[in-house]
Amino acid sequence: MSAAAAGTSKAAHGDVAPKKRRGPGALAYLVIYNVVMTAGWLVIAVGLVRAYLARGSYHGLYYSIEKPLKFFQTGAMLEILHCAVGIVPSSVVLTGFQVMSRVFLTWAVTHSVREVQSEDSVLLFVTAWTVTEIIRYSFYTFSLLNHLPFLIKWARYTFFFVLYPMGVTGELLTIYAALPYVQKTGLYSVTLPNKYNFSFDYHSFLILVMISYIPLFPQLYFHMIRQRKKVLGHIEDYSKVE
Amino acid sequence: MSRTTFFEKCCRPGTGTIQVAVLDANTREQICFLDKVDPYSTIGNIKCLFQKSYPHWYPARQALKLDPKGKILRDEEILLHLPVGTTATMFFIDLGPQLGWTMVFLAEYIGPLLTYLLFYFRVPYIYSHRYASTSSPHPVVTRACACHTFHYVKRMIETIFVHRFTHGTMPLRIIVRNCAYYWGFSAWLAYYINHPLYTPPSYGEIQFNYGLIMFVMCELGNFSIHVTLNNLRGDGIRGRRYPIPTKNPFTWLFLFVSCPNYTYEVGAWVSFSIMTQCLPVAFYTLLGFIQMSIWAKGKHRAYSREFKDYPSLRMAIIPLIL
Repeated sequence: MSAAAAGTSKAAHGDVAPKKRRGPGALAYLVIYNVVMTAGWLVIAVGLVRAYLARGSYHGLYYSIEKPLKFFQTGAMLEILHCAVGIVPSSVVLTGFQVMSRVFLTWAVTHSVREVQSEDSVLLFVTAWTVTEIIRYSFYTFSLLNHLPFLIKWARYTFFFVLYPMGVTGELLTIYAALPYVQKTGLYSVTLPNKYNFSFDYHSFLILVMISYIPLFPQLYFHMIRQRKKVLGHIEDYSKVE
Repeated sequence: MSRTTFFEKCCRPGTGTIQVAVLDANTREQICFLDKVDPYSTIGNIKCLFQKSYPHWYPARQALKLDPKGKILRDEEILLHLPVGTTATMFFIDLGPQLGWTMVFLAEYIGPLLTYLLFYFRVPYIYSHRYASTSSPHPVVTRACACHTFHYVKRMIETIFVHRFTHGTMPLRIIVRNCAYYWGFSAWLAYYINHPLYTPPSYGEIQFNYGLIMFVMCELGNFSIHVTLNNLRGDGIRGRRYPIPTKNPFTWLFLFVSCPNYTYEVGAWVSFSIMTQCLPVAFYTLLGFIQMSIWAKGKHRAYSREFKDYPSLRMAIIPLIL
């Protein structure tokens, strides 16, 4: 769900982002931010490829990119700030939701439950995220500089067809793999009785998270499809005329 | 006769009757044609006439516009004063099922009232089997139940006897959403307070009693403000004034805030959190505080804009702070 959804809010609000609201300083900052993020995810991509070539198998590639993944995915939380301050014309709530769901998977599932880190499902969503983010951040960089190559725009609105379900599958499988360990160790869970009369079962919470994908994933997926028609639709019309 | 009367009598077309064509705003098809409509009819009258052709679309459910993308026409608007000729074309939108505000609030409040009691009496299948239909050994739990019940009974009485509502109705999906919020949260916090493993407050009776005193003060305050606001509205829409402190000491909070009713409401829930020492209650209080602050800020801004002499000392919801 987080895989391509991170692009959704920007698609919904800001592809033709009005730049009137921000000054040249903010513009420079955003360009630097997006360049740095593109570079960061490229590092992760390169790291994955190198580790695969070195080991010769898909297994356990997570460990080779663990640190940059955590750093750059957590860094994406700045985007919530960008919306709140107003230099990016997207909804704070939508962006917050998307970023935090990624951060949740990175820290509260993959990092916290050591046993799932060697699962292949982790590689599945990390790959989906990596490709998506490289395209997304380069899209923003070029948009901000008013020199958006059609290829990038096309990639952003086409790759999601595969990357999105791929990412969702990886995420769901990872959470599912984490369930038995969470139940066994009582991770992040609080039981009664206690002074503040509160209880929390992380295992049940994870199951609820998995269920929430059912209504949310189709909505976001079809939203991206609609955005694609809007953004790329007129290009096909021109080619028909010719 | 004067020139203006001459023009009025001879040159204004159709001070006879007007014809109204109602088109569906989405399909642009004509769905109703009203002949020989009195030009002095209001939009409300048009809606009643419209309902004759479509009985299931009661007026509260109808939205009529002159332009499909334009504003919804208010019920009080008179046909003659609208920019229409002898044939008025209007666009219709179905707003969906609507419920009167009184019913809305009663539905929202009856849930917490009853669900809490279900948990208090430990109806079977909520808690473990051996606790079914037992009662808690802690007096705190019974008193908390009394407070919670009193809070919602007070709200329902106010809804029926005190509040006067401006807009007639509310859409069904909003009601469902609000009910889910109220009913869901009250079930969640009732679950913990009435749980067999409930732990009473750390500072015992003192903590509970201070909480109770604060709770009672806030409930009285909240009620006083509602009565004050109600009396304000009674003076009619034309004589608009903002609320000011009265002889009732609870209304003196108006010196510091625009919406003391929200302040007292938050205070009541804070005191309930202290009384029960229950984290879910504190969390619910926090959410309520955030929502009420948003409302209070909106109201505060509306007051400040409307009344040039609005006291500058007043904040929205928390004295001197927010």
